Amino acid sequence: MKQKHSTKNRETARFNRQMLLSFLRGCRHFFVISIAASVLASLCELVIPKIISFTVDSVLGGEPYELPAPLGWAEEIFRSMNVGKLLTLLAGLILVIAVLMGLCKYLENVFNRKGSETLVETMRNRLYGHIGRLPFAWFMKNQTGDIIQRCTSDVETVKAFLSEQLTSVVSTTLLIVMSLAFMFGINTTLACIALVSIPVVIAYSAFFHGKIGARFQYCDENEGKLSSIVQENLTGVRVVRAFGREKYEVDKFTAQNDVYCNAWVKLSFLMSMFWCAGDLISGLQVMIILVTGAVLCVDGSLSTGDFIAIMSYNGMLTWPVRSLGRVISEMSKTGVSIGRIGEIMAAEEETDVPGAVDADLSGDIVFDHVSFGYDSRTSSDGAVHEILHDLSLEIKKGSTVGILGMTGSGKSTLVSLLCRLYELPEGNGKITLSGRDIREIKASSLRKNIGIVLQEPFLFSRTLRENIGMTFDDVNANEEAITEAARAACLDETIRNFTNGYETTVGERGVTLSGGQKQRTAIARLLAAAPPVMIFDDSLSAVDSETDAKIRAALREKTADSTVILISHRIQTLMSADKIVVMAGGRITEMGTHEELLKQNGIYKKINDIQTGLPEEIAG
Amino acid sequence: MDENTTKITHLKLFGLPKLLPHLKPHAPMMIGMILLGIAGSVVDIIFPKYQEYAINHFIGGNTLDTIVPFTVTYLLFLIMKIIFDMNSTYMSSKIEMYIGRDLKKKSFDHLQTLSFSYFNRNSVGYVHARVMSDTGRIGTLVSWYLMDCVWNITYMVGALAVMLRTNWKLTLIVLVVIPIVSAIVALMQKKLTDANRQIREMNSKITGSFNEGITGAKTVKTLVTEDKMYNRFTEETSGMKRVSVAESRYRGILWTSLTAASYIALALVLYRGGILNVEGVMALGTLSLFMSYAMGIMQPIRWIVNSLSQLITVQVNIERLTGLLETASDVADSEEVIAKYGDMFEPKRENWEELSGDIEFENVSFKYPDGDEYVLRDFNLKIPHGTNVAIVGETGAGKSTLVNLVCRFFEPTSGRLLIDGRDARERSQLWLHSNIGYVLQTPHLFSGTIRDNLKYGAPDATDEEIMAALETVSAAGIVKKSEKGLDTEVGEGGDLLSTGEKQLISFARAILCQPKILVLDEATSSIDTFTEQLIQNAIEKVIEGRTTFMIAHRLSTVRNADIILVVRDGVIVESGTHRELIAKKGYYHSLYTRQYEREATDSAFAEMK
Repeated sequence: MKQKHSTKNRETARFNRQMLLSFLRGCRHFFVISIAASVLASLCELVIPKIISFTVDSVLGGEPYELPAPLGWAEEIFRSMNVGKLLTLLAGLILVIAVLMGLCKYLENVFNRKGSETLVETMRNRLYGHIGRLPFAWFMKNQTGDIIQRCTSDVETVKAFLSEQLTSVVSTTLLIVMSLAFMFGINTTLACIALVSIPVVIAYSAFFHGKIGARFQYCDENEGKLSSIVQENLTGVRVVRAFGREKYEVDKFTAQNDVYCNAWVKLSFLMSMFWCAGDLISGLQVMIILVTGAVLCVDGSLSTGDFIAIMSYNGMLTWPVRSLGRVISEMSKTGVSIGRIGEIMAAEEETDVPGAVDADLSGDIVFDHVSFGYDSRTSSDGAVHEILHDLSLEIKKGSTVGILGMTGSGKSTLVSLLCRLYELPEGNGKITLSGRDIREIKASSLRKNIGIVLQEPFLFSRTLRENIGMTFDDVNANEEAITEAARAACLDETIRNFTNGYETTVGERGVTLSGGQKQRTAIARLLAAAPPVMIFDDSLSAVDSETDAKIRAALREKTADSTVILISHRIQTLMSADKIVVMAGGRITEMGTHEELLKQNGIYKKINDIQTGLPEEIAG
Repeated sequence: MDENTTKITHLKLFGLPKLLPHLKPHAPMMIGMILLGIAGSVVDIIFPKYQEYAINHFIGGNTLDTIVPFTVTYLLFLIMKIIFDMNSTYMSSKIEMYIGRDLKKKSFDHLQTLSFSYFNRNSVGYVHARVMSDTGRIGTLVSWYLMDCVWNITYMVGALAVMLRTNWKLTLIVLVVIPIVSAIVALMQKKLTDANRQIREMNSKITGSFNEGITGAKTVKTLVTEDKMYNRFTEETSGMKRVSVAESRYRGILWTSLTAASYIALALVLYRGGILNVEGVMALGTLSLFMSYAMGIMQPIRWIVNSLSQLITVQVNIERLTGLLETASDVADSEEVIAKYGDMFEPKRENWEELSGDIEFENVSFKYPDGDEYVLRDFNLKIPHGTNVAIVGETGAGKSTLVNLVCRFFEPTSGRLLIDGRDARERSQLWLHSNIGYVLQTPHLFSGTIRDNLKYGAPDATDEEIMAALETVSAAGIVKKSEKGLDTEVGEGGDLLSTGEKQLISFARAILCQPKILVLDEATSSIDTFTEQLIQNAIEKVIEGRTTFMIAHRLSTVRNADIILVVRDGVIVESGTHRELIAKKGYYHSLYTRQYEREATDSAFAEMK
């Protein structure tokens, strides 16, 4: 068991590693260029103190000099120049190097950002695309908020890890190594002092940042608590007022506000201590080098120019070293985020069986002894709760089938199975289209041919035109079809009454549509797509009866050639169907035309009577 | 409206005068912070002088005579600097947090007094951001950004002063660079601010798209529009990339010009200073001092410009927050009323009269403060205590209007609302609210235990009273079935309970405070038949002997009401008893018929089982 567990862990780790590598594909070269530019910039920065030291010692101090080997050719020219000319030359050299360095820094910045943005783009696109191909059951099992958090803040964490932390560790390490090399080239004693302090500062800084991580979390949690008090107070404002509990709310808020504030103040105290202790360490190190350097100079073993150069190098090291500790401690937090993204990426996508074919719609739809239950997660007692029991139904091509049943009778499950939103497991019967098992048909082809309007339709936060023409490749080329569909759904006039007409954006950033308007938009969307099979899942429930009748008439005309499945609890909606099915408890209890069912004298008849022959008091 | 998308506004002096009253209590600490900040910066300016001294005196003079006092004073300055910095940063954090805390409290307190028109006009998200994020940003502005200015301006001014004193000609050469750099930095900072706003907008768009892709998964799948959605999404992500890379260009130019400027200043100093040294006017140490300062005064420019640009963006937050604090409630108790009955926070219960529950609308006309049309015109209705009023109509027809008036969440535009024969405005809001029980359609519970929630309207209720109330509404089972009983946590918004349980708990909460007036907003969402029966029974029990206003959906509730008000498009179109309205064969008749069909069909099926 334990063995098995660890194998699984290893596999997950390998999966996550490969995932990270695949995210990096296409942006690695940006990071390489960026690091190269940063190394070059550092080199420029490191050369300048050398020039200054040369100026101070040899040009101003008149000490004999030798140029480094590659510059041997220039020595003659140097010696021929007077001090003023040399100064001009060296100042000019610094200017050139400064410009070169600036350019490198610019490239470092821009290429790093190009890399990180390409990376984050890849990650987002991959996640979005992957999520889009996950089976519907996955969405039912996972919380929207949690998925979104993984796709946003966890992605940011991973991005920061790959683009900022990894690259800064590389370039800072290189900077440290190079400046130490320069320092060692000048004076071993002073370089050793600098070298010794580096691990101390990094360790101290990493330790501290690791330490206060928990306190940061404590502060964040308290901010969360404070935030939800405000949230609850605002969403429950009617309750607060109606019960006259303003004072209680204020007391509750004030108490948490103080806790939150004090937690931060405490953390800030620690942070101030930390920073200042860091300052003290660096300050002492500078002091030691300054004093030792002065002693060495007086001693004669160090020149003035080299002394100035060493001080510059030491100054260059202070900040990168201190930030390295922070970066190291932050990197440790990344693992969690990678795991959380890995969980999404590892979820299996919806796939067609090998050799899956396009849907053939020349024949009938047949439910053949279908039984189905959602998996145990959705049921409280842990057992698989069966929604459909051994259900058989034939839907003739071009016919209209009505389904009557109360909430929870399995009507919607039937439809979800037909669209393969849920996969019917082997051995639970089968659903066939033109004689072929729908599990052997490409899901996309199947769904393209079977359109559905849900009871609570989902509209996209786009314009009404785009929503209705959602299934068209080019919305603008199908204006006629869109208005036509809207007219049939009794929506055209409503839309024209909006200030922006068909260009009105719906949803969060636009107008809020009423339940009936949403349903009618979804109907128009289906009519515009005009698939051979159309399903209306209780989709006129929020429309008033007058409009209901109008839409039904238009539908009859529009859907003459299509196979139509109507789900409703209103006899009026269903009565003209070619076949009406009554469902209860996951089974078909009655089936036939309106007239046949009336003759059967069962529940259909009873409901018909209730709905047509209203009680005296209403009819009265 | 998203806070990031709003354009930058221009207030007088960046809105700072409006902040002054809020800063006053912390003025001593702020002054302390500024003084310590200046002191810390001054010490920073001294350190390069040590390098100068080391080169000129020790090395130049080839002596180590003063090395001990040199080291000791250096150490002393270092310790002073640490102490100054530690205190100024700690004070800065404290000021940030304290001012944030005070502003949060002020705005939250003020929100408790605002009327419903404010909450209707502004979304929860908007108001939430005012309390939680504006206050924080303002806190940061008056602490850290202020400190950045203090530190950096002091350093620049101090370093320039030392340089000018030492050699003013050489200083002037360095000074030439500063305005050029400042101009570039300021220009880039502006572009950065714009780009960052765009990035934030893009970011929320991308989050929105994720949300849409997930919540709309069923629709996307059945429409087979995965590719279309994906393409739209990639457009957004590549747009994001474009803006971000552009931002990095501005940032790159900004840093590059600062770095280059430092070295240009260095080159100038080296050239001119070198000549001065050869001429014997300037010692080597002094030259190195100049080089340190010349490079050191460029970085502060960046932080000063940054602080100033923050000031410009924080204006918006200042404006919005002070806007909230200055909003006056349009339902407020008069001074005489407060004098007699007390205010929200300090009620004078001893002066409160008993409320019996007679309510009368007397020539009431009403329009919502943000609406143009009257929803009530010269409305007259006498509701004797104990009357049971049902309000029916379609979703969104405006059924809450009457309830809003009775609860005095809004006041009539003209006419009077009489409670026990006296104008509602003659008594305090808290007096009225203490006599009202309210059950919302979507029950709102607060995070905490079941007991906390039940005691919400009646803080002094004993456990016995609580249990009795639960029994009355047949909700005792909820408490008994869970191990912790009344101490069971309900989760945020009560989400650990089922919808039906939340309903029952909110019924018990309403009757625990023994209200004389009861407002019920019946749920439309379907709950299982058993719970529905419990709720039905609970309704019948709690309305007995109380003046009740019910926004009703179920036939039985409606039919038994003493008077039914029928609302359509915000206006009361019919009123009367069930019998009268049915006989009228109007709008009520058709509403009732449709509901009847639905309920009858469901019960026919239920019987079959």
